[in-house]
Amino acid sequence: MAKVAMSDRRRFILGMARAVGLAGMGALVWSSVLEESVASSLILRPPGALNEEDFLKTCIKCGLCVSACPYDTLMLAAPGDKKPMGTPFFMPRDIPCYMCEDIPCVPVCPTGALDEKSVTTESELDINIARMGVAVVDSHSCIAFWGIQCDACHRACPLIDEAIVLEYSKNERTGKHAFLKPVVVPDVCTGCGMCEHACVTEKAAIKVLPREVAMGEVGNHYVKGWDEKDQQRVRDAVSKTTKTDLSEKDVLDTLNDDSGLFE
Amino acid sequence: MRYLIARRVSQLTILALYIAANIWGVKILEGNLSSSLLLGTIPLSDPFAVLQMFTAGALISVDILVGALIIVTLYGVIGGRMFCSWVCPINMISDAANWLRRKLGISQVQKRIYMSRKIRFWVLGVSLLLSFIMGLTAFELVSPISILHRGLIFGMGFGISAVAIIFFFDLLIHENGWCGYVCPLGGFYALIGKFSFIRVKYDQDKCTECLKCKNVCPEKEVLYMVTKSSGTVVGGACTNCARCIEVCEDDALNFGLRKYINDKGISNET
Repeated sequence: MAKVAMSDRRRFILGMARAVGLAGMGALVWSSVLEESVASSLILRPPGALNEEDFLKTCIKCGLCVSACPYDTLMLAAPGDKKPMGTPFFMPRDIPCYMCEDIPCVPVCPTGALDEKSVTTESELDINIARMGVAVVDSHSCIAFWGIQCDACHRACPLIDEAIVLEYSKNERTGKHAFLKPVVVPDVCTGCGMCEHACVTEKAAIKVLPREVAMGEVGNHYVKGWDEKDQQRVRDAVSKTTKTDLSEKDVLDTLNDDSGLFE
Repeated sequence: MRYLIARRVSQLTILALYIAANIWGVKILEGNLSSSLLLGTIPLSDPFAVLQMFTAGALISVDILVGALIIVTLYGVIGGRMFCSWVCPINMISDAANWLRRKLGISQVQKRIYMSRKIRFWVLGVSLLLSFIMGLTAFELVSPISILHRGLIFGMGFGISAVAIIFFFDLLIHENGWCGYVCPLGGFYALIGKFSFIRVKYDQDKCTECLKCKNVCPEKEVLYMVTKSSGTVVGGACTNCARCIEVCEDDALNFGLRKYINDKGISNET
């Protein structure tokens, strides 16, 4: 086939189309890499962190929180950590958050990805309201649930008897001993991980998980009838009746109406 | 050599200050190139990262807005694209690759692969587009600059592989391939640095047309006026690395301040 001369306009349009196509292809590859890189949901953030979605947008990955941490708890994710690259995290089994009262890692954050307000009560920093995660006990491998006396996590907890309480019950197997079972109170637990750090089993039987992962959600259709405040929701409830063609007749009449069924 | 030494001193000092701040708590320059705190008070932020955050839909805090503005002003008014050759740690990697490339004579055995200088602007556009669509800072999450820089300060992990990719890309595929063609941050600073004051100036009267400057320049296109007419290197892509000044044996190239209006009151640029 003879080579046909190409007009400048056509050359330009083709060139642009090619560039757009290449850019689109690159964007697809790039987006899949990004998708993978943020897929890790089991990541514990520093205190005061925004929810994960906003955190990923807002964190500039400068590491000022990491530098500010006096215990080397915080790390910036490097390639190979399988976490969103450059973002701060901690692994409590290695080094937990020691819950500094002045929370040095939060005010240094230049972007607000670590939100000072979320760890402030009455204009004073308050690490106890941080919610980095929640501790979860594996009752199967926790030796306290076997009946062996161990309250390592309970003792390690900075909010002892508030975030981890010991539940006493009778050990029917021996007939004369007690179980001292650690139970986490999620409303109080900050997710610092000192319990996970202290746990004596080979692999920690109590560990901190991100709250979104570990915790369920009831929804608003269950009401605690024994809770005055919750019960108020029922009293305040308004019913909404929808009107359709069917609702013109009585309900029973509508249900019993077989007209048109046997034609 | 003096400019090369000055650039290495600049690159390494900045890196050393960051490392010292993280490891020993010497609080002169804390953080990293994405965002830092100078002397514990002055915020400095990567404007391209902030732009990505903005397109991703993040609330931009005053601190990083001010930090980004300081950097934009610094490079935009004074230094031009100086970040690339005086600050960025990748510069040492690509310089090493280019040096080895010259020593081994790879350019002589390799068929030249065509790449457009404009790729970096497309990458820049795509990174903003992806940031917008995915609600993430698209380039920041994969940036080899940050990987290397963060790695040196906070721990490398497998980050060295990203650095190796750039090294071998520059060594085996395209001379100066990453910095001169692909890197969107370089493209970003090329756009911002277009109007800066510090510029290389060319004097045709002294020039003996040896073309060493064009040979050594990582952004050859900005030296288009060499052998043709005296003038100022005004291309935004010029990184003010001063390699051309150093190789020139005729003193035809030197740093100077750009004059926006010349003596006759006419704009200097054409």
